[in-house]
Amino acid sequence: MKTDNQKPVDSAGKKSKGQRYQVRGVVAENAGATIKRLLSYFKYKRWTLIIGLILLGIASLGGVGFGAMIRPIVNSVVYDQDVDKLIMYLYVLAAIVSVQIIANYLGNRLMMRLSQSITHRMRSDLFNRMMKLPIAFFDQNKHGNIMSTFVNDVDMVSQALQQGIPQVLFSVLSFTGSIVVMLILSPLLTLLVIVMLALMIFLAANIGKRSGKNFRSQQAQLANLNGYVEEMMNGQKVVKVFNHEARSIQEFEVHNEELRKSSTQASAFSVVIMPVMGNLSYVMYALIAMLGALLTINGRLDIGTITSFLQYTRSVSQPITQLSNQMNVLLGAIAGAERIFKMLDEPIETNDGLVDLEVTAEGERFWVVPGEAGEVSRVPVQGDIRFFDVDFGYLEGQKVLQNITLWAAPGQKIAFVGSTGAGKTTITNLINRFYEIREGKITFDGIDLKQIKKTALRQTLGMVLQDVHLFEGTVRDNIRYGRLDATNEEVEEAAKLANAHSFICRLPEKYDTMLTSDGQNLSSGERQLLSIARAAVANPLVLILDEATSSVDTRTERHIEKGMDHLMQGRTTFAIAHRLSTVRHSNAILVLESGQIIERGDHDNLLSQRGRYYELSAGTSELS
Amino acid sequence: MFQLMGRYMRQYKWYAIFSPIMMVLEVLADVLAPFLMAIIVDQAIPARDSNQVVRLGLIMVGVALWGLISGAVSAFMGSTAGFGLGANVRDAVFKKVQGFSFQQLDKFSVPSLITRLTNDCTMVSMVTMMTLRMAIRSPVMMVLAIFMAFTINARLALIFAVSLPVLAVTIVVVMLMAKSRFRLMQKNVDRVNGVIEEDLTSIRVIKSFVREEYETGRFGQRNDDVRDTMIKAGNLIIAIMPIMNLVVYASMIAIFWFGGLQVMEGTMGPGQIMSFISYCMQIMMSLMMLSMYFLQLTRGNTSAERIQEILDTEADLHSPADGGIGEVVDGSVEFADVDFRYAGNSGDSLQDVTFSIKSGETVGIIGSTGSAKSTLVQLIPRLYDSTRGEVKVGGVDVRDYNLETLRNAVAFVLQKNTLFSGTLRENMQWGDATASDEEIIEAMRQAQAWEFVSQLPEGLDSWVEQGGSNFSGGQKQRLTIARALLKKPKILILDDSTSAVDTGTDAKIRKSFAEHLSEVTTFIIAQRINSIQGADRILVMDEGKITAMGTHAELLAGNEVYQDLYETQVKGAIAQ
Repeated sequence: MKTDNQKPVDSAGKKSKGQRYQVRGVVAENAGATIKRLLSYFKYKRWTLIIGLILLGIASLGGVGFGAMIRPIVNSVVYDQDVDKLIMYLYVLAAIVSVQIIANYLGNRLMMRLSQSITHRMRSDLFNRMMKLPIAFFDQNKHGNIMSTFVNDVDMVSQALQQGIPQVLFSVLSFTGSIVVMLILSPLLTLLVIVMLALMIFLAANIGKRSGKNFRSQQAQLANLNGYVEEMMNGQKVVKVFNHEARSIQEFEVHNEELRKSSTQASAFSVVIMPVMGNLSYVMYALIAMLGALLTINGRLDIGTITSFLQYTRSVSQPITQLSNQMNVLLGAIAGAERIFKMLDEPIETNDGLVDLEVTAEGERFWVVPGEAGEVSRVPVQGDIRFFDVDFGYLEGQKVLQNITLWAAPGQKIAFVGSTGAGKTTITNLINRFYEIREGKITFDGIDLKQIKKTALRQTLGMVLQDVHLFEGTVRDNIRYGRLDATNEEVEEAAKLANAHSFICRLPEKYDTMLTSDGQNLSSGERQLLSIARAAVANPLVLILDEATSSVDTRTERHIEKGMDHLMQGRTTFAIAHRLSTVRHSNAILVLESGQIIERGDHDNLLSQRGRYYELSAGTSELS
Repeated sequence: MFQLMGRYMRQYKWYAIFSPIMMVLEVLADVLAPFLMAIIVDQAIPARDSNQVVRLGLIMVGVALWGLISGAVSAFMGSTAGFGLGANVRDAVFKKVQGFSFQQLDKFSVPSLITRLTNDCTMVSMVTMMTLRMAIRSPVMMVLAIFMAFTINARLALIFAVSLPVLAVTIVVVMLMAKSRFRLMQKNVDRVNGVIEEDLTSIRVIKSFVREEYETGRFGQRNDDVRDTMIKAGNLIIAIMPIMNLVVYASMIAIFWFGGLQVMEGTMGPGQIMSFISYCMQIMMSLMMLSMYFLQLTRGNTSAERIQEILDTEADLHSPADGGIGEVVDGSVEFADVDFRYAGNSGDSLQDVTFSIKSGETVGIIGSTGSAKSTLVQLIPRLYDSTRGEVKVGGVDVRDYNLETLRNAVAFVLQKNTLFSGTLRENMQWGDATASDEEIIEAMRQAQAWEFVSQLPEGLDSWVEQGGSNFSGGQKQRLTIARALLKKPKILILDDSTSAVDTGTDAKIRKSFAEHLSEVTTFIIAQRINSIQGADRILVMDEGKITAMGTHAELLAGNEVYQDLYETQVKGAIAQ
C-alpha cells in the first residue's frame, strides 16, 4: 500500500538531538487502576490463585518452623543428652520439612500454570483487539511498539505473576513469622535484630531509590543506542555511498560511551546492594553470637536459643534484598500491564450498520435492509457506488479530499489519475471504510455506506494493492485466502483467470509450494499475479485496483495486465491507474489534484478538453 | 564467550582481574563467620569467658565488615568490567560492519545485524558480569565450605560426600532434559511472534478480505502451543526445587542426628553442628547459583558466537595497499569484458559487458527486472568488485583508486533509499558536511524538492523521522537526489530514483539536470522509456548482457526489444 498521502508531513522538529528515539516508560501512570484491572484477570482462575497462595504461605511458614525446631534439638543434645528426645524432635522436623517441600512444589506449579494461562489470555485478548482496530491505529503506532507490547510487556507481567507475587508473599510471611518466633524466644536479642534490620532497610530503600533513577536513565540511553543502530543498519548502504563510515562511527561511539557510563552508574548501586546486604547479615550474625553468648554465660539464655536465632538472621535479612529486587519486577509489570490495557482500550473499528449481506445458495447476493416497522427488504447487490460532496482528512482540520462527487454505475470502470499525493489512494480507502468520511455521503446500491455493516461491505469488495502481502503457507492457501471455502478447482480457475496458473505450474510443488512470509521467494510480478488470483476467488462485485508503477518487467507486466483485465470484467472497478490501457478503457477518468477532481470524462473527451489530462498524456504516456 | 572476554576487556582488564580476587576475600569472610561462631558457642560459653566472647565477637564483626567492603568493591568492579566489555565489543562490531562491502551486508541482512549489535552485545555484557561474580564465587565458596567442614569434623563431613554428588547429578540431568523443552518453547514463541508481525504488515489485506476471525483462529492455536510448552518446560525447572530441598533437608537432619550423637559422646560441640548447618546452606546456594549461571552461559555463548561471526569476517573490499590514487580526473567510464557473479550464486549476473562513456554524457539504462541494471552501475563506485574484466573511471581501474576518493566522485542514488532522523539540513549535509543553506536550497531546486520544502513551516529545520517516514515516497526520492547532488560528483547514478515521482516533476528534474549538470556523467536506470528518451546513449539490457546501445532514434529504428518496450509504453498515447 502506498503511503504517499496518508501521513502528513510532520514539521515538529523540536526534539533535541539526544532524544531522537522513543523511550518506553518504565513507570506506570495510574498504578491503582491498573492493578485493579490486572486482578480482574484472576477471576477466571480464582481458586488456583487462592490455593496456590495458601500453599506458598504454608511453605514459608514451614521455613519458620524449621528455625524454631533447632532450639529443642540443640537443647536436647546439649542439656538433656536424651537420644529419644532427639529422635522425636527430628521426626517432627522431618514432618515440617516434608510439608514445606510439598507445599512449595505444588504452590510453585500452580502459580506457574496460573501465570501462563493469564498471559495466554492477555495475548489473545490483545490479538483480538488488534484485529478489530481501525487502520488509523496502525498508521499512528509503530509496528515495533505494538510488537513490544505483545512480547516484552506480556513477558514482564508473566514474570511478576510467576515469581514476583510468590516471592513477595514468601518474604513477607517468613519475615513476620521469624520475628514472632524470635520475640517469643528472646525479646532482648530480637531488639538487636530489629535495630540491625532497620539499618538494612534504610540502606536498601536508599540504594533502591537511587538505582531506580539511574536505571531509568540507563533505559533511555539503551533505547537511544538501539534506535541509532537500527537506523544506521537500515541505511548502511547509503552510509557507504556517501563515505559516511567514519562519521557514523564517531556518532556511534558517543552513544555507546553514554550507555556504558549510565549502565555502570545504574548498576553501581544495584549490584552493590547484594554483597552489602549479605554481609550486613553476617554482622548481625556476629552480634547475635556475641550477645547471645554473654547472656548464656549469665544464665539468661540457652545454647539452643542462640542457634535458632543464628538460623533466623538468614531468614529475616534475605527478604529485604528480595523485596527490593522484586519491587522492580512488580513496578515493571504494572507499567507493562498499563501499556497492554491501553491497547485493549483503543476504540475498535465499529461494525455498526443495520444492513447485512445475504448470499443465496445460487450465489446471488442481496442487501438485507430492515425497515422502520421491522419489515425487511432485500436489495440485490449490483455495485452502484456514488460519492456526494465528500470531504476527508486524516487529522482534524486537515483536508485531503474536498467536494468529491462521483458515480460508478454497476460494471463501470473509473480511473483515478493525478500526481503523487493528489488523493487517489485515499478515495479508495473510503470505499471500503478503512477511514470514515467527514462530510458528505457515499452510497452503495442506493444505501448509505454507513448503514452497511463493515464486514458485509468488505465481502462485496475486492482489493488488489501495489504492495502485495502474502502469508506463510502454500500457494493454494494464499489464493484461498480470498474465499476460505473455495474448492481446489475454484482456486485453480481463479489462478487461470489471473494468468497465474502457468507460473504456478512451474513452481517445484505447484500449488503446494510453501511461501515464506510475505512471499519473498517469488518475484514481485508473480506476487502481484497471486494477489489478483486471490481477489478473483473472492468474486467481488466491486474491485479496487492500485496498479503497480514499476519494478516489473514488460513480459510480466503483460501477464498482469491480462489478468487484471479478466478480473475487471463485469465488475465495478476503481483503479488507481498507471497503465494507459486501463485508463483508455475506463468509462470515466477522474483527474485529481490536491484532493479535488479537476477534470472528468472519458479518454477522448478529456483529450479534447486540452487540460491537465492532455498535458499528462502528451508529455508522457504514463499517468501516475 | 571467554574468547571475547579475553580479547576485548582491554582498559577494563584490571577491573576484571581484581573483581574475582576481592570476591575470594569476601567468600573467605563468609566461611569464617560460622567457624568463629562455633568457637564462641563450644569454648567460650562452657568456659564462661566473657572476654573471649567479646573478643571473638568483635573479630567476627570485623570479618563481616571486611567481607562487606571487598564484596561491594568486587561487585562494582565486576559491573564496570562487564559494561566496559559490552561497550568494547559493540564498538568493535559496529566498526567492523562499517567496513563491510555491499556483498557482506547482503549476506548478514539488516535485522540480524541489528540484533547482534543490540541484544547480543547486552547479553555478552551481562554474562560477563555473571562470570566474574557467580562463576568464580560459587566454586570457591563450595570448596572453602567443604574444606572448613572437613577441618571441623571429617566424619560428619562425609554426609556431604553423599549428598553433593546426588544433587549435582540431578541438576545436570534436569538441565539436559530442559534443554530440548526450552528449545521447543522458544520455537513456539517465535511462531506466535511471526503471526503477529505478519498480520501487522498485512493488516489491510486482512481487513479487506474480512479475515479477522480467521487470523484470530490461526493465532489462537499458536498461542495455545506457547502456553502448553511453557508449562511443560516450567514444570521441569520447578521440579528441581523439591529435589534440591529434599537433599538439603535430608543432609541437615543427618547432621543433627550424627552430630547430636557426637555431641552426646563429647567429641563435638553444638556450635559445630550449627556451623555445619551454615556450610550446608552455603553449599546449596552455590550450587543453585552455579546452575543458574550455566543456564545463562549457554545463552551468552549463542550471542557470543553470533558476534564472533561478524568479528571474524574480514572486509573484502579495500583501497590498494599504498592508499591508492587520490584524484579522479574526469567522469568517463569504461567497462571492458566485465563479468560479475554474486557470492553464492551459480551463474554470472553480468556477462561480457563492454562499453565506454565520455565524461559528461547522459546514459540511460533500460531492461526487464533481473537484467542486472543495478548490478552494472554498482560496479562503478566499486560497491562490488567485478569477477572478470576491468571497470575504469577517469581512465583508471577502479581498484587502483583510494576507495574514499572514488566514492566521493560518484554520487549514487540507491533504489532502496533512506533518510535519517534529524533535520532536513542535517540530512542534506551528508552530501557535503560544509554545505551552506544557499547551496542546499540550490540542490533542492535542481531536484525539484525545494517546491515542497519551502512550504514547510520550518523549512530546512523540519524534522525527518527515522527512515524519512514522514515524507511521501516521491518527496523522499527528490530529497535523496538533492542530497546526492550536494556531493558535486563527477558521476551521478540514479537507480530507478524517480519511480514515485509524478511524470511532470520527473520531466522537470531531467530538464534541470540538462541545464545544470552538463559536466556530470549521469547514469539513469528507469522503467519508463520517457525518463531516458533524451539520453545521449541508451543501454538496453537483458539477462546480464547489453543487447543494444544507441540513441533513442537509433534504437527505435533497429532494436526489437526497445521497439517492443516503446510500443507498450508510449505509442498508445500518440496514436489517438
